[in-house]
Amino acid sequence: MPAPATFASSAAAYFGGLKSVLTSVFFPVIAGTYVGIGALAHDFSFSAGWLALSTVLVWAAPAQVILISALGTGSALIEAAIAVSLSAIRLFPMVVALLPLLRRKETRLRQLLLPAHFTAVSMWVESLRLLPAVPQQHRIPFCNGLSSGYMATATTFGFVGFYLAAGLPPLLAGALLFLTPMSFLISTARNAKMLLDRVALVLGLALGPVLSSLNVDLDLMWTGVLGGSGAYVIHRLREAAA
Amino acid sequence: MMAPELSAYLALVLVGFLPNEIWRALGLLLARGLDEDSEIVVWSRAVATAILAGVIAKLILFPSGALTSIPLFVRVAAAVCGFAAFLGIRRSAFAGVLVGEAILLLGGFLFAG
Repeated sequence: MPAPATFASSAAAYFGGLKSVLTSVFFPVIAGTYVGIGALAHDFSFSAGWLALSTVLVWAAPAQVILISALGTGSALIEAAIAVSLSAIRLFPMVVALLPLLRRKETRLRQLLLPAHFTAVSMWVESLRLLPAVPQQHRIPFCNGLSSGYMATATTFGFVGFYLAAGLPPLLAGALLFLTPMSFLISTARNAKMLLDRVALVLGLALGPVLSSLNVDLDLMWTGVLGGSGAYVIHRLREAAA
Repeated sequence: MMAPELSAYLALVLVGFLPNEIWRALGLLLARGLDEDSEIVVWSRAVATAILAGVIAKLILFPSGALTSIPLFVRVAAAVCGFAAFLGIRRSAFAGVLVGEAILLLGGFLFAG
């Protein structure tokens, strides 16, 4: 449990949140992830400005990887939109769980717009850990400071990856591009605490390339629906048997 | 030159931003509480995991650009070794990525096409 923090003002709380970014375990994780995403965006011929805007607007690394690779390989727009949206459902319960920590009686809806937009795995985990020790009236600025620090980190290292990929010889550029699938494979496996998540991971790894090489329409959506539902059925059967 | 650039930004908003942001907006508006263990949330987590896994596999098996110069068997071997290192070395993500990248660079150096 972190020590209770007190702040003289909202601005001080904002900078307190910003400062906590540097000591966070997520700092190197976000930096490394976005170096990979920057290289990916370059590889699929997006501009650096587009990449930065996607980080600010989408602000969810898995959705950005799906968006970049789907648009970059010429998938139908509706397919990319469905795949992005299916990958983002997890944001819904995260926002729901975060709000009680931020909301007071006098809090306006518009004050919660930024924290809701900033909600992503890294920010959510750190907010739930740090906010209880922050006085109620300073939680929103603290949370905004933390989140904008993460977003600035992501945007900066996105540029680093983008321009490295542009300037490196092919072998090293390839290694940079390999960062995204390698790190996402491991982080997905690490987050897979239940059998359900592990089965979904394995089914997705198998179905994705198979459906894609069979030229199935909306292959990403079917990978998700078939793989996810298959994992869910196995999970329910195991629970029923137990 | 203007048109493809503009359409990329339009696609970003329509295909990236809106379908993603809708879930945050819903969370804000319907914040009365949806249990994280409710069946629909469990199912949607499995669907999201499978989609991301599908994209990961496609990025390794059917890459574009610079990764294509590294042979398929090297890419697969690097992913498998990286994953094994993650499992074997105290479930360290850092160790896993490091080993995967090292194998990829070594294999790419030896067998580059």
